Amino acid sequence: MIEFEIFGNKDTRSGFGEGLHELGKNNSEVVALCADLIGSLKMDAFVKDFPERFFQAGISEANMIGMAAGMTIGGKIPFTGTFAAFSTGRVYDQIRQSVAYSNKNVKICASHAGLTLGEDGATHQILEDIGMMKMLPNMTVVVPCDFNQTKQATLAIAEHEGPVYLRFGRPVMPIFIKPDAEFKIGKADVLIEGTDVTIVACGHLVWKSIEAAKVLEAQGVSVELINMHTIKPLDKETLLKSLAKTKCVVTAEEHMRAGGLGDSVAQVITTEYLVPQEYVAVNDSFGESGTPMELMTKYHIDSQDVVDACLKVIKRK
Amino acid sequence: METKELQNIASQVRRDIVRMVAQVSSGHPGGSLGCTDFLTVLYFDSMKHTHSPFSMDGKGEDLFFLSNGHISPVWYSVLARAGYFPVSDLGTFRRLGSKLQGHPSTDKKLPGIRIASGSLGQGLSNAIGAAETKKLNGDDSFVFTLHGDGELQEGQIWEAAIYAAAKKIDKLIATIDYNGRQIDGDVDDVMSLGNLGAKFAAFGWIVYEMDGHNIDEIKETLTKVKAGAGQGKPSVIIMKTEMGKGVDFMEGTHKWHGSAPNAEQLASALAQLEETLGDY
Repeated sequence: MIEFEIFGNKDTRSGFGEGLHELGKNNSEVVALCADLIGSLKMDAFVKDFPERFFQAGISEANMIGMAAGMTIGGKIPFTGTFAAFSTGRVYDQIRQSVAYSNKNVKICASHAGLTLGEDGATHQILEDIGMMKMLPNMTVVVPCDFNQTKQATLAIAEHEGPVYLRFGRPVMPIFIKPDAEFKIGKADVLIEGTDVTIVACGHLVWKSIEAAKVLEAQGVSVELINMHTIKPLDKETLLKSLAKTKCVVTAEEHMRAGGLGDSVAQVITTEYLVPQEYVAVNDSFGESGTPMELMTKYHIDSQDVVDACLKVIKRK
Repeated sequence: METKELQNIASQVRRDIVRMVAQVSSGHPGGSLGCTDFLTVLYFDSMKHTHSPFSMDGKGEDLFFLSNGHISPVWYSVLARAGYFPVSDLGTFRRLGSKLQGHPSTDKKLPGIRIASGSLGQGLSNAIGAAETKKLNGDDSFVFTLHGDGELQEGQIWEAAIYAAAKKIDKLIATIDYNGRQIDGDVDDVMSLGNLGAKFAAFGWIVYEMDGHNIDEIKETLTKVKAGAGQGKPSVIIMKTEMGKGVDFMEGTHKWHGSAPNAEQLASALAQLEETLGDY
């Protein structure tokens, strides 16, 4: 029986806020910048306790990213906070030149990623950010799956030298990663071991995939679930080890099919170990207003979609 | 440093610039020649800095950010002549594998460069960040920037201008290369900046003006600006220059913004510029 201990329900952005506050206490070089979204990013505690290390940039994301790059000169570790849409597409050129090409130790922390931002609609529901960020040389891309892991990832990226994109979200979701679990950038977690199909998921789709695995288990299908919290560098070793066993893969993410986790996995299987793959991702479409869960269902990134993709890919073996 | 000595360095830097762009038939001589006197004074007279060893963090040093990265030839020459790297490296400018990339970058670790520039409008933000870090580190040094006037059409510049005034980044000294020309023609024709001094003043900056080709005036202005800094406001120097300064056929036009002279034109240019320190 697939069972996970649940440690409550919280949003991943709150995990970021707690992690950042802890960094404030333990790492005097950490500074934080925000573009008028302190509350949304859960940065309040850091702002309150470390005001001299907090920089309110106003609604000027390009200047914020440029400043963050400059702040590394002299040894600071800047964490920028705004919505994922404004952390990436709006400031791509600033990230490309001042952060990635210049290889600056900036942590771009992006909340409200994907459809689960919900009611604000498609202007804010970015589904292209993983693709944009992973294409940049020097950039590390991390997409943690729950509150606890987002906190652990926030602490871990401060120790990592170089540019990082950390993606998290708005909705309250179950917490299933242990509070004391080890988090290592680039080392995926095998959450469920199985033999019939490998699911490789990131972010909120990890919980959806756990739900799917339970449904599949009841139907006699044995699922191996990999939480691929680091999209770049991708943990090929864990992936290939699993594929050698299951011989097929479903990728699941809250992102466009093009350019996301699925494409990173496809690159590995087409060049190193060819097996059938199915994508659970948004298919070349903008989102719309709605509740997070309504949107996941409508845009086919729900647990039922993971179940369907698994049954389909197993038939293609 | 004595004015005559600075003039000699500037003359050699101008020779370096035209030779560098001519040897690879590419690069940006116009703005480089126009900013030669300023960068010479900045590095040889005004800034507190060291090249041995070059430190990325630059703690305790004044920092300089070139926001209009396309005038890399003048920066590279000044850095080399100041001792940051061998002057012979100038011969590798824009060649495959060189540390002297077309636009300044850090990835090949050229001493003196702290961040990439080329895509315009980013240097002021970078400099503000560095200035904020200096404040946190209790480092009272200055942070200098240089911008093209055409570059000020980028919106990010004005985001940064608001921030610098609002947050009292008062050890920041920006200089505008006010030559009135950009790739497509005169700035006034492409998209006029209007009354630039009034704009910066309205944004809350202390505004200075200077002649960018009068070494004594540059020295005096920089001394005055530094003395007036630290009072809660950022400073900007609107520096009147001539694109292509020092080479007669390059002056008075925007056409040498991004074109290199041919062999004959190079010979004509070099005949107008005294070799004072030895060519690379």
